[in-house]
Amino acid sequence: MIRMGKILKADGMNICIGCFSCMLVCASVNQKNHSITKSAIKIRTSGGIEGRFFSTVCLGCVEEIACAEACPSSALEPREGGGVIFRHDKCIGCRKCTKACIAGAVFFDEETKNPIICKHCGLCVKFCPHDCLRME
Amino acid sequence: MLYENYIKVLYIDLTIERIHVELREDLKKYLGGVGVAAKLLEENLRPELDALDENQPIVFAIGVLSSIFPVITKTVAMFKSPLTAELGESYAGGRMAMTMQMAGYDAMVIIGKKKRLTYLSINSHDVSFMDARAFKSVKTNLIGRHIRDREPGAGKRSILRIGPAGENMVKYASVCVDTYRHFGRLGLGAVFGSKNLKAISITGEKSIPIQNLKGYLQAYRDIHTKATNTELMSKYHDLGTPVNVEPLNAAGALPTYNLKQARFESAEAISGESFAINNLVRKVACTGCPVGCIHIGQYRAEFDQGYEYESVSVGYDYELIFALGSFLGIDNPKDILRLIEAVEEVGMDAMSTGVCLGWATEAFERGIITENETIIPLSFGNAENYLIAINYLSEQELEFYKHLGGGVQKASEKYGGKEFAMSVAGNEMAGYHTGYGSLIGATVGARHSHLCNGGYSFDQSMKEFDKQKLVDALFDEEIERCMLNSLTICLFARKVYDRETILMALKSIGLEDVTNEDLTSISKEIYKTKLRIKKSLGFDLGKVQLPSRFFKTDSMNGILSEKIAYELIAMFNQKNEELLLT
Repeated sequence: MIRMGKILKADGMNICIGCFSCMLVCASVNQKNHSITKSAIKIRTSGGIEGRFFSTVCLGCVEEIACAEACPSSALEPREGGGVIFRHDKCIGCRKCTKACIAGAVFFDEETKNPIICKHCGLCVKFCPHDCLRME
Repeated sequence: MLYENYIKVLYIDLTIERIHVELREDLKKYLGGVGVAAKLLEENLRPELDALDENQPIVFAIGVLSSIFPVITKTVAMFKSPLTAELGESYAGGRMAMTMQMAGYDAMVIIGKKKRLTYLSINSHDVSFMDARAFKSVKTNLIGRHIRDREPGAGKRSILRIGPAGENMVKYASVCVDTYRHFGRLGLGAVFGSKNLKAISITGEKSIPIQNLKGYLQAYRDIHTKATNTELMSKYHDLGTPVNVEPLNAAGALPTYNLKQARFESAEAISGESFAINNLVRKVACTGCPVGCIHIGQYRAEFDQGYEYESVSVGYDYELIFALGSFLGIDNPKDILRLIEAVEEVGMDAMSTGVCLGWATEAFERGIITENETIIPLSFGNAENYLIAINYLSEQELEFYKHLGGGVQKASEKYGGKEFAMSVAGNEMAGYHTGYGSLIGATVGARHSHLCNGGYSFDQSMKEFDKQKLVDALFDEEIERCMLNSLTICLFARKVYDRETILMALKSIGLEDVTNEDLTSISKEIYKTKLRIKKSLGFDLGKVQLPSRFFKTDSMNGILSEKIAYELIAMFNQKNEELLLT
């Protein structure tokens, strides 16, 4: 069990094989959906599969949290250890958080009209076959 | 379609630029993959017409478990093969299966022909017929880059494309999928070329809510653990399939110098270990596979004086090392990687290319053909001239290379040397001279591939040779693989997906009614469909003639008897006929 307060670090991407297990598991558990477009961590390539894989995921801001600051309805609350906790009931779907995140790590679900943000649950780490991802 | 009671089929007519969609409840019981594709091929095939006639269909299908469970990564393509003029069936991994699922289709049927070179852009909401005239003769790596620049969806996009060899309809032209995977065998690339279809880009964003989260996650976790934490898959991850080079060589089963022998004196230099130590730079995976068997090797080439180097990354596998290595007497990884890269760029099946060049080299050595035909001298071990020959093959302008582009059987019918033209029922041989299992397995296999029934593994595992036992084992495995291929499970994971595991996975997505007996009966029905298609295309197993070289070169199990080989084929044929009557 990952202790509350740790955050996800995707700093081992140089050894990523591009299996997308992290995305599949994240979308399944956190959004109850098979579609990897619903994942809060996104693995992409630069220049096709010949290129390196890189990830886009919440960097776990601690004190100055741009997405939470931008949220007009207090739907994003600072999370212990870094990042935010998303309060679905408070979200009005304005998308301001997606624009505020300079890392581009707040995604928007066009189906539910809610943002998708990593909650640092650490499940993706468990299914990564290499050590691309870790909790710190 | 996942959680639906139908198979969703996208029909694309290139001639009139129209699509339509059908929801086929009657196909749902086949679970997808080869089961659905075989039925769709049977419905749309025009047996009387040439394989490259515009009215012939290309069928693609994925399975009901595709990309939501580990290592279920394949898409099947079915078509009339321009190489064998009978059943064309080929599998590719990469991202295609995931993108088809996310675009919302279980299967696609493509017919017709565009007047000018085109590429298809398929996504969840549209199918577009794009102008590709400027991409004429563009090689597979470059066309991938062009389309990546034009099409959205990085990371969840699949790009299929052909190279010049496909456009010029080399009968064993391949379709490259996402750079490192291919519909390699039996000439799907030529069928693309015959339709002026240069490429297909697929993206999708379909939402698929999970119906039984607990059950699904439990099944996913179990299978993921089995695939990553046990020994079942480590062979494919560690050294990859090239791990086979040394043991097959030691056993005397590595086809070398056009199968003049089955041991290569330089096997150690081109072994999996050698590639791993000297060339391996990374491994990548198909989407949804935590194993990552795609081994990428790198070589450095000096292109000018003054320490000017380029580095080239190429995917390598056992079959490529056999076909473009030992079979051609190439004794070093760098030259093998250069040949693989050349074959990749022009878009041809590496195995067929290597075997064709092996025959041409021996025919040249014997004086059956001369430089009048080949333009350049061919000799075993001469990679430079093979590189030139590969370009001649892809260009299809020179008389000899036009014939060689028709496959080794056709070329030997024209020039002679049939006895050492190493194909099996028209498909160039695979890298196993293990014994009756590999030879008969490929002959009787529905698509004449070593993967139809894995005959080479029976040669290695059977303690005592027994005709009936071998025929029964090949027959049962051929049928079992119809089920695995209807679920489009990567065959590397066949030991992970035993029946119990498959039933557990199916149950977790609401298919709890499917029983073990159902899986068996589905497999048989799929196999029967394939046999019917083969018959409609005029294939007669009883008429297959194997090149005598197979019976002259010592195999892992000694010299094979021609008489016994044909006896085994007849026994298998008998079983086919009996099955068709049920």
